[in-house]
Amino acid sequence: MAKVGAVLVIGGGIAGIQASIDLADSGYKVYLAESTTSIGGVMSQLDKTFPTNDCAICILAPKLVQTGRHENIEILINSSIEKIEGAPGHFKVDLTQRTLRLDQEKCTGCGLCAQQCPIEAIDLFNEKLSNIAAISVKFPQAVPLVFSINKDKCIGCGICKGICKAKAIDYDLQDKLITLDVGAVVLAIGFDEYDPTPLTELGYGKHLNVITSIEFERILSASGPHSGLILRPSDGTIPKKIAFLHCVGSRDRKHRKDYCSSVCCMYTTKEAVIAKEHMNIIEPTIFTMDIRAYGKDFDKYIDRAKDEYGVRYIRRRISSIKEIPDSKDLIVCYETKNGKIIKEIFNLVVLSVGMEPNQKANELAQKLDIQLNEYGFCKTCTFSPVETSRSGIYVCGSFATPKDIPETVIEASAAAGCVNILLSEARNKLVTKKELPEELDVSDQPPRIGVFICHCGINIGGVVDVPNVVEYVKTLPNVVYAEHNLYTCSADTQTNIKEKIKKNNLNRVIVASCTPRTHEPLFQATIREVGLNKYLFEMVNIRDQCSWVHMHEPEKATAKSKDLLRMSVAKASQLIPLQEQEISVINKGLVIGGGVSGMTAALNLASQGYEIFLVEKEDSLGGIAKNIYRTLENDDVQEYLKILIKNIESNQLIHVFKNAQINGISGYIGNFSTNISYGNNGKIIDLEHGIIIVATGAKEYQPKEYHFGKDQRIITQTQFEKDLFTSDKIKGLKSIVMIQCVGSRNDDFPYCSRVCCSEAIKNALKAKEINPNIEIIILYRDIRTYGFKEKYYNFARDKKVIFIRYEEVEPPELKIKNKELKIIVTNPDLGKLEINPDLIVLSTGLVAPIKENEELAKMLKVPLNEDKFFLEAHVKLRPIDFATDGIYLCGCAHSPKDIRESIAQSNGAAAQAVKILSSEKLVTSGLVAVVIEENCIGCGSCVEVCQFNAIELIEKERAFEDFTMPIMKSYVNPALCKGCGTCGAQCPNSTIVIKHFGFEQIHAMISALLIQS
Amino acid sequence: MSKSKKKVDKKNFHPNILCFCCNWCSYAGADLAGVSRFQYPSTIRILRVMCSGRVDPAFILEAFKDGIDGVIVTGCHIGDCHYLKGNEFARDRFERFKEVLKIFNLDKRFKLEWVSASEGKRFAEVITEFTNKIKNLGPLQAL
Ligand code: FES
Repeated sequence: MAKVGAVLVIGGGIAGIQASIDLADSGYKVYLAESTTSIGGVMSQLDKTFPTNDCAICILAPKLVQTGRHENIEILINSSIEKIEGAPGHFKVDLTQRTLRLDQEKCTGCGLCAQQCPIEAIDLFNEKLSNIAAISVKFPQAVPLVFSINKDKCIGCGICKGICKAKAIDYDLQDKLITLDVGAVVLAIGFDEYDPTPLTELGYGKHLNVITSIEFERILSASGPHSGLILRPSDGTIPKKIAFLHCVGSRDRKHRKDYCSSVCCMYTTKEAVIAKEHMNIIEPTIFTMDIRAYGKDFDKYIDRAKDEYGVRYIRRRISSIKEIPDSKDLIVCYETKNGKIIKEIFNLVVLSVGMEPNQKANELAQKLDIQLNEYGFCKTCTFSPVETSRSGIYVCGSFATPKDIPETVIEASAAAGCVNILLSEARNKLVTKKELPEELDVSDQPPRIGVFICHCGINIGGVVDVPNVVEYVKTLPNVVYAEHNLYTCSADTQTNIKEKIKKNNLNRVIVASCTPRTHEPLFQATIREVGLNKYLFEMVNIRDQCSWVHMHEPEKATAKSKDLLRMSVAKASQLIPLQEQEISVINKGLVIGGGVSGMTAALNLASQGYEIFLVEKEDSLGGIAKNIYRTLENDDVQEYLKILIKNIESNQLIHVFKNAQINGISGYIGNFSTNISYGNNGKIIDLEHGIIIVATGAKEYQPKEYHFGKDQRIITQTQFEKDLFTSDKIKGLKSIVMIQCVGSRNDDFPYCSRVCCSEAIKNALKAKEINPNIEIIILYRDIRTYGFKEKYYNFARDKKVIFIRYEEVEPPELKIKNKELKIIVTNPDLGKLEINPDLIVLSTGLVAPIKENEELAKMLKVPLNEDKFFLEAHVKLRPIDFATDGIYLCGCAHSPKDIRESIAQSNGAAAQAVKILSSEKLVTSGLVAVVIEENCIGCGSCVEVCQFNAIELIEKERAFEDFTMPIMKSYVNPALCKGCGTCGAQCPNSTIVIKHFGFEQIHAMISALLIQS
Repeated sequence: MSKSKKKVDKKNFHPNILCFCCNWCSYAGADLAGVSRFQYPSTIRILRVMCSGRVDPAFILEAFKDGIDGVIVTGCHIGDCHYLKGNEFARDRFERFKEVLKIFNLDKRFKLEWVSASEGKRFAEVITEFTNKIKNLGPLQAL
């Protein structure tokens, strides 16, 4: 049976969104099933994101729109899965789409109904902190933007039905059963926040001023219940002292939550910092066990929170909270370092709640016949992190393990990458491509502008005098036609617009309605369907900028609408058709680095039929994994590596170059050329390829500390692991001390290497297994066994591994006297301790190969971060790609990570790369910068500001009377230009034209502003 | 036009203000102000560009030359720019440009502000505040 080129993605949070986009971009039809009425998930509720304090909705909204408008993605809101049958490649899935009690096709999202609805319901998006109407949209930026009726609240009064001009409301609409044929399924159902009500000692639900972190997040949000003012629930005052309690519903064996939720340490810090930013009088205190800032640049964020924002961290777990009846303030009791009990009063307590499995996980697992793990999350394996127990069904995001947004995005791409392997033969079978008529050549015609002005029901028409504006617009130069529509965006108006274009020979079109951010592509597509270049379109936002914000000043709103239209007509008169260029693609890839990451990416792409060049600087494949025997979860790494290498070497499409060195890289997306020398005698070869994957890995830090290298009893974790797994050296030992964070989290290497805690615990457990009586003491600063790794931390403590914490300012000291090893460690609670081990194991960090990375970064023209790891395009939402198109990143080259995470990111990188490799041609945008060469003085200031490597200086011959001379001219590569226009503004000679936002066009708008209507 | 040199009473003065918004954050913030019905003075006319980095100081000079009473450039918060650093270049550029404006005594009529997509309310506040400031300054006298 032929495989079906369609995929069902279940869950519309950031994981589902990313997986859908990746799959749809690489040639599959995607059904995105979401259980609520909008995609966006938890991320849409967040105010800011760590560690950059990016505004969450700013970065998410474009993705929402992209998903909503993607021609290969069909979003099925309000739906749930009923059953699934079939096998990988061809599943049949039944799902129910619950009725919204209105017709989604007809609803324009204008929101009139909600304004008139007399019934209030609780706003779940705002975590029940405010109310909304019984007919509502989930949040203002919702996609799709449709309203729905809360059937428990609706009294059926009929007001909304009466007022809806689009006639969308139909109380009697029934649930729908949908059957889909798909080749694969991706699960991205996310998590639930832990509900702390059962922890009665904390008083959540009883004390008004004890709230959860997600509630606090909404309070922080500018679009939250108090518009970003931080007011506490009991009396609406500003809480000066706020306590955050960590690990509520996490790392709690008593309540059977013995995993770490991975994100709370960071989001709490973020909330504390943002609270402080909002209101400087706030004094945040965080009660914590360990600070698990294990991700890229996380430790720096914590340091800033402490040093710049004065966030106070206290290492205590709080087990109970008391309320002061009159003031509703809260008393938190804890013990100080010297054993004194302190009672501190706080005005607000925020519980940092953990991630729980989605409450629907169980039911879904049964319906899909997949296994869950002991905690109720989806079961996966180390070497196949995005595969469920049923083949053809994949998982990503926090349904697999608790995780933050970048890792979720990585896994979503990884899931897409693995679907690619399964379904590549069915690629492009089910996607639709519209047949479009030839473009009309209107470049020589004088402008004939048509203007369509929208009433938006009464949203615009109720305030702005639309007919009057239409009459006014008709008087403007070059306008040959103008009309008004009830809804300009409705399907019948699109037909009407097309007819009017033809009938009146229009060659420029303006729509005055809502925001171009959501609706411009729709109208552009409409005019393109009758042969007009899509850039001959302009949009004016008279709803969000006139009727809605000047509601009580109809005359001024009308006058402003006229002004905006006049400006737009001025620009439209200057519009010219823009050409999108096609560039060819070499369907081969270059993977730099032959470790697990590079090999995984190479294999993924080769299994889809693409030729891959894999270059490795050493004489054998395997990278750092060659030193790892088992994972913390006891998977056999060496065995896995053996198979992986065999698969690589036997694959005809993969060309491995060992002992290789890269001499130079040129070209751009689709068309790179790389010169390498390889082999024992440095043979030189040029490789032509369309994409590059950087998988250069990291290396182990070679310690200078603790007499390393001078005494055989002082070794690194890697050496220790080798001894454990390949010799019986440790049999005779009595006592081992492990020292954590050697070469990590210090001034030279101010970041966490992420893997060392797990390494230490893994090796400690192995040592205990070999020799149960051995004493093992781990000296640590924080134990960072995030996610399910926490289980092994607990194991180790059960097995009597001793953990002693030290602080950065007082690291353990080593003394060797009469051949005896002596470690002196200072614990903040216990004071100074002395240990006499027979072996000292240093948990050394992972460091970037600085010189190599710097060289490669220069050749690729991509940035490194302060720690010399490669810096991705966007820390939160683009963790796999660089700002420069066609170059991707995976594994430890990005930041330290374990095998499981490296495999995920590598499959994700392959998923990004295959979007390019699988396309015959790439289409550039028309919105680009173009240099007018004769005026260019070759100063290079444009090159400096361009973040996308789109501009370079090219040597040109300049002929004078009797001699020629080389001069430099700037050139913008349209394949790389993003059209931001920064170079245009920076050019001292104003000789860069920014298409569609050109100097004349903008100037025309400015001059039109003041000509009075 | 506002170029008249007559004494105008500031109360009834309805200034003409040009507001540049970048497509990704501040324009979205203006949209959110709309969706949330945050009211602000009808004095501004928004001109959308892709990034605040696109805004050439020459545009602002042109605007003042034409007699526009105030110009406000808005973009994503530093670090949030959709094109990574467009707003940083805009910031640096306008820092220098302010010195030029000072010479013509126009610096008070110009402002650079960052507004995120979730700051609908703030957008309204920024515009209200700037409008009040321009109202206080009175109409722009011909250059
Ligand atoms: S995109 Fe908003 S400032 Fe650059």
